[in-house]
Amino acid sequence: MGQIKISGRVTINKNKPLAGVSISIKDSYDGATTDSLGNYSFTASEKGAQILTATSSGYKPYEEKINIDGAPVILNIELKEAITELKAVVISAGTFEASDAKRATALNPIDIVTTASANADITSALKTLPGTQQVGESEGLFVRGGTADETKYYIDGSLVNNFYYSSEPGQATRGRFNPFLFKGTIFSSGGYSALYGQALSSVLLLESIDLPEKTSADFGISYLGANAGIQKLSKNKKSSWGVTYGYTNLALAYNLVKQKFDYFKVPEVHEADANFRIKTSPSGMIKYYGYFSSTNVGFRNQDVDSLNMKDAFGLKNFNMYHNLSWKDYLGNGWKINAGASYSTNKDNITMELQDAEDRKQEINNDPLYAYKNFNLINKGQYINAKVVFEKKLKSLSAIRFGGENNNSNEKATYNQYNGSTYPQQIKENVAAAFGEADIYVTNNIAARIGVRAEHSQLLQKSDIAPRLSFAYKFNDKSQVSFAYGIFYQDPNNKYLPSVNALHFQKATHYILQYEKMTNNRTFRTEIYYKKYDDLIKTTGANNETFKAINNNGFGDAKGIELFWRDKKTIKNVDYWISYSYIDTKRDFLNYPFAMEPSFVAKHTASLVVKKFVAPIKTQLNASYTFATGRPYYNLVYDYTQNKYNLIGQGRTKDYNNLSFSVNYLPTIGKANAKSFSVIVFSITNILGFNNIYSYNFSVNGQNKVAVTPPSKSFFYLGYFVSFGIDRTQDNINNHL
Amino acid sequence: MKKMKKSILMVALIMSACFTFAQSDKYESAMKANIAQLDSLMAKNNYQELANNFTRIGDAEKTQWLPYYYAAFCYATEAMSEKDNSKKDAIADKASAQITKAETILGKENSETDVIKAMIATAHMTVDPQNRYMTYGAAINENIKKSETLDPTNPRPVLLEAENKFFTPEAYGGGKSAAKSLFDKAQQLFDTFKPESDISPNWGKPTLNYFLSQYK
Repeated sequence: MGQIKISGRVTINKNKPLAGVSISIKDSYDGATTDSLGNYSFTASEKGAQILTATSSGYKPYEEKINIDGAPVILNIELKEAITELKAVVISAGTFEASDAKRATALNPIDIVTTASANADITSALKTLPGTQQVGESEGLFVRGGTADETKYYIDGSLVNNFYYSSEPGQATRGRFNPFLFKGTIFSSGGYSALYGQALSSVLLLESIDLPEKTSADFGISYLGANAGIQKLSKNKKSSWGVTYGYTNLALAYNLVKQKFDYFKVPEVHEADANFRIKTSPSGMIKYYGYFSSTNVGFRNQDVDSLNMKDAFGLKNFNMYHNLSWKDYLGNGWKINAGASYSTNKDNITMELQDAEDRKQEINNDPLYAYKNFNLINKGQYINAKVVFEKKLKSLSAIRFGGENNNSNEKATYNQYNGSTYPQQIKENVAAAFGEADIYVTNNIAARIGVRAEHSQLLQKSDIAPRLSFAYKFNDKSQVSFAYGIFYQDPNNKYLPSVNALHFQKATHYILQYEKMTNNRTFRTEIYYKKYDDLIKTTGANNETFKAINNNGFGDAKGIELFWRDKKTIKNVDYWISYSYIDTKRDFLNYPFAMEPSFVAKHTASLVVKKFVAPIKTQLNASYTFATGRPYYNLVYDYTQNKYNLIGQGRTKDYNNLSFSVNYLPTIGKANAKSFSVIVFSITNILGFNNIYSYNFSVNGQNKVAVTPPSKSFFYLGYFVSFGIDRTQDNINNHL
Repeated sequence: MKKMKKSILMVALIMSACFTFAQSDKYESAMKANIAQLDSLMAKNNYQELANNFTRIGDAEKTQWLPYYYAAFCYATEAMSEKDNSKKDAIADKASAQITKAETILGKENSETDVIKAMIATAHMTVDPQNRYMTYGAAINENIKKSETLDPTNPRPVLLEAENKFFTPEAYGGGKSAAKSLFDKAQQLFDTFKPESDISPNWGKPTLNYFLSQYK
């Protein structure tokens, strides 16, 4: 009874040999590994009826009954590819995803804080990606021909209502949230999933960090302010809590860097936040994040209607935001993601017309000037809740469904120059239900089909929004994807109430993407067509407030975008280039007809470069952004026709900004360092380009004033240190 | 009758003991054969074949942690020596899967499994040190420290620490001369280290000798 030889060949994709496959007789030592030609051979010590298995990571396991009874066994095996996250096509049209979880990252938190032009502001860093406009006179992301209103922000699944500091005329405020709060950033410039709605153009999805690595105390000081905080990790590493406080006062900065505005109250901000995170099971986590801030600012700017007078703007803001979320795996492939947020925001805005000596001017007999004195108090209260259930199916396929409810209650009190008071209240509740399915046919073909239904209490209208994406991966690992979707959005509350019944505004997206990601290089290009319907048109002249009157607006946008990121070609250098071309027109708000919107530049390009110089422990960052001139319009109200007429137009000159920043990390690599410190220095617009965003026209159309950045360039200098309390020793003791 | 029952029991016991002995003899000889090949197969980059061999033994035995430990060691070594960064994560994930199986059978972690976990973290970190240092750097140090605490006589955590220091740029407190004292300490530990059994982890001496030769 001699030993019996078992041999054969393992192939994939019809005859392509596969090396490294483990062949074995189940529950025995017998077996072999295939060689580079896919061949295997071994002698069996087991006898009789046995099961032969073939396993190789990335392929479906194979089993075959064999009988070992004297004759040599020859068995050729064809393995089928398993659908795995590493190999499968990614449904990515319209989306830039950056997180720790996905190893192929496009932009992560470190990228955000080391983007030279961004000054650690999430939105500013995103403005170096394709699809975004370089709007500097107001905050927000203007994506693919859309206004800033058309982008919505989510933290851990729930909507954030006041993502930015309250608006100030003529400048862009920053986002309220520190980039290091988030481990993942997903920026979608269109075609996004049915899990999100009420945004015509874009969503920014932020996922907060889990437990900190260790207990630490952090301090930071810059010439803009100071902050301090503590993060405490429990001994069993199952929970943590933290608090921070920050104070910002721009007095010193505005003394050193001349500002266009004349500040009678330099911006002063108090901010505090608190968090806790609890690991409820090996896979479950509850997170809370709470944020409080108060802002006080006041400045004078040239009045556009009278060359010798000034508008004095004052703002006091109090904002509070609470977010509680829970995620866990429920067993059987089920997963839950639930979140709720509560926030309040109060703005107290005063506007005053002043003369050259900063004295208040009350010209009550001329409505042009009379209405320039007012006080406006806005109070908003927002409650948002969302739950998503996910069930993993075979391979990577999954279904998701859930609901979302976003409730807002906004009260505004307008105190007119003559003492009259006009209170108003807008309450809205948008309820939504959604479902979607990810279908992976093979590693190369996937589709996502979703639908979202929404109901607005304010509009008394419902809608159904279908979403569809499809992705195909080629053998060279490049892929193409396509996304289609219909997106609805409420009219912005600032144009409400309307005398007429309104309905949802609508956008339809078609996006085609080609992407190739290899070894630290990413290339992607997208072409898109976006159609706007039912946009809000407004009524109201000059100093009256604009109110929505109907949904007769429309528009479209089409364009092509390129993105290239390369961390490989030049050693220790990471750079990306993005380019966007857009052709768009829209008729909305007070536009007399369909025009190229004044916030859009036809061509926008950015180059971002980062280099870490190890011997001097310094990271050098530079970014350059170019945008062609934006159109501007001289619109004058015609009281006989009750509409705006275009009496003149032009185009601003091209926009250029070269920024530079340096991060010096003196403690990096020090053995047993108890602290970690960073010194940050940055300068924006280092070459001093005179950028003009747009022009403001006087009511009579006779005078125009350039809208420029508050200062030509700005610099920043700060020092941050984190004292870590290493829990390793505690952890070891717990294990012994 | 009673006596007979007793003797049957005795025979059964003896037989089962012999059977167990035979089984364990087969196990040990298979393990020894594969451990003997560690250096030669790894020198030929044949990590997968060796890992497959150990995994087969582990799958058949079901209660032995060492086969999975060695399979994890093969993959961790492969992940650390892989030049193509885009492949490292997948190989390191295979090592993680095996070391988790070993620790599940052990019911705890030990000094040797922690060394493998530190190697896996090292492989993950080297893919993108700048962005991954915060996460994987902490995991490397934590596992090396745990390993040293769980068995202060084990030379392998010290050797890994020394290697990592050797390849860390001088600006970050690493470099050839900074690593020397750790290699010396590893050498002392290797001189006195006694493995628990013939098949218990005892690798690392040739690697140490290679690094020590760099100082001559």
